[in-house]
Amino acid sequence: MSEHKNKVRLDFSGRVIQVAGYLFIALFALSCLIPFIMMLAASFENERTLALEGYYLWPRDFSLDAYKAIFGPGSEILGSFVLTLILTAIGTSLGLFLTALTGYALQRPDFRCRNAVSLYLYITTLFSGGLVAFYLLITRYLGLKNSYLAILLPPLMSSWNIIMMKNFIKNSIPHTVSEAAEIDGASPFVTFIRVILPMSKPALATIGLFIGLGYWNEWYNAMLFLDSSMKYRPMQLILYNLINQASYLKNSLAAQNIPAQEMPLETVKMATAVISTIPIIMAYPMVQKYFVSGITVGSVKG
Amino acid sequence: MKTKNLPKQPWKKTLKKDRKFLIMCLPAIVFFLIFAYLPMPGIWVAFVRFDYAKGIFGSPFVGLSNLKFIAMSGKLGMLVRNTILYNVGFIATSTVMQILIALLFNELTNRAFRKYAQSFMILPNFISYVLVGVFSFVIFNNTNGILNTILKAFGASPINVYEKAAAWPLILVLINLWKGSGYGSIVYFAALMGMDREMLEAAKVDGATTIQRIRYITLPSLRPTIIILLLLSLGGILHGNFDLFYNVVGSNNVLLQNSTDVLETFIFRAMVSNSNFSTAAAVSFVQSVFGLIVVLATNFVVKKVEPDYALF
Repeated sequence: MSEHKNKVRLDFSGRVIQVAGYLFIALFALSCLIPFIMMLAASFENERTLALEGYYLWPRDFSLDAYKAIFGPGSEILGSFVLTLILTAIGTSLGLFLTALTGYALQRPDFRCRNAVSLYLYITTLFSGGLVAFYLLITRYLGLKNSYLAILLPPLMSSWNIIMMKNFIKNSIPHTVSEAAEIDGASPFVTFIRVILPMSKPALATIGLFIGLGYWNEWYNAMLFLDSSMKYRPMQLILYNLINQASYLKNSLAAQNIPAQEMPLETVKMATAVISTIPIIMAYPMVQKYFVSGITVGSVKG
Repeated sequence: MKTKNLPKQPWKKTLKKDRKFLIMCLPAIVFFLIFAYLPMPGIWVAFVRFDYAKGIFGSPFVGLSNLKFIAMSGKLGMLVRNTILYNVGFIATSTVMQILIALLFNELTNRAFRKYAQSFMILPNFISYVLVGVFSFVIFNNTNGILNTILKAFGASPINVYEKAAAWPLILVLINLWKGSGYGSIVYFAALMGMDREMLEAAKVDGATTIQRIRYITLPSLRPTIIILLLLSLGGILHGNFDLFYNVVGSNNVLLQNSTDVLETFIFRAMVSNSNFSTAAAVSFVQSVFGLIVVLATNFVVKKVEPDYALF
């Protein structure tokens, strides 16, 4: 496509829309980016400067105190970071595998009970027992209070993801592919592993990213089910506690014999926020590659 | 969904033939049994005076008195009203914003600009609401917040936003726009990409101005997408975005409660802060029942408008 060939002379309203469009989109895009830059800058700022002069686009008084406090001895943040990575990795791989497996079975035309099972999944999106019932199930009946399983298990599968997966396979991989594999003697499970999974990469990437982001950003279940007796807790909960209870950090720093007035409280908040965002930024190129398919995959019910 | 119907046969034989597939679905069936179906009877807590030691079905039955209590206090009406009004505000503003972004994007020709702008615009969608809460605190706190730093720079007196109840509907709408507009606009943009180019070319030849093209061809082509997305979001109108309200407003800001409390935050507080399981469950019950009615009603409408998008 040669660009200048398409360049037609614009009418007046077209020129106005060009100017207004660039301006509006640029402003909105910048407003989305700037908070991240300010967060990064504040995490490298001297505590006193930040308190007196406020936030800025770059650190005016460079300091590594916040990161020293985070990575110093006795800090739970590093351990919590690793914990969150592990929970995210296990939850995403297991959840994605089970989602794809179920989705594959549900789109097989020779699976006679597929509509019954689909209905069974649909119903869960319509009616829920509510927070109280969920809380009592986890704590009183499953006994998972202060267990990492309470964080790992509930977000493992969602009906929406299974339906999305089912629609993707149904619309993009013809049933004859499975039939051919099975004539050659493969069982449906082997067909799924060897043939279907490699052909479903775009959907796996998209749904995997959704599940992964869900685990990484999880704080609600952690807040409900993990109390302060747990040394390591998911990153977003650590961040939440830092923001909402300054005393939390006071205790943790007092353990390291750092006097109260020297605590880089505000900058530690920002540094923790930075660290809790790094994996998202790192996954971002991949997110971008698949986000359009992510929104359109399986959006039409087949 | 309509494939050729398989011949009828006794259910035992069906199960036997389906065995392999049923085993594949078994983890999901067990998962949803435990985490979705087992909690459903837990809604019974709404009708008992809940005693943790006695459990859900051992606690004394009190009928509708939990519901009556919460309805009589006027609290329930306020929560339902807040939840619906906020959702209407969110849906209306973000629909307009997303369409606007998609339309403008469609007109802009510079590819590099589009690429970078889009990657920045969808960034907020991927972060947690905890981080959104951090950002909003950075902007609005009254010691060194950005808003007050700017106000001071212009010689105005600083304001404590966390005491101004009237400001919060606007703030929450803006934050909701900030977080979701870029990502949400992709659906509309994708619809525009897929539209018929021939009509646009014909209009150009006939001398239509850009604004006329947008008004009479591009915008109308989005109609089905707009209607479907509106209807789908209406289905969730009784569900407040807990993460947004809890992180941005703060967990226990009594000053702002009348203007920022939604069903979800109330249920959470009743259960976690006040250990009032029965009140929380009563509000949950109302939400679940009316939520179900709303979903069924919107699905009915979707089925009439665009059967492909109906849930069942």
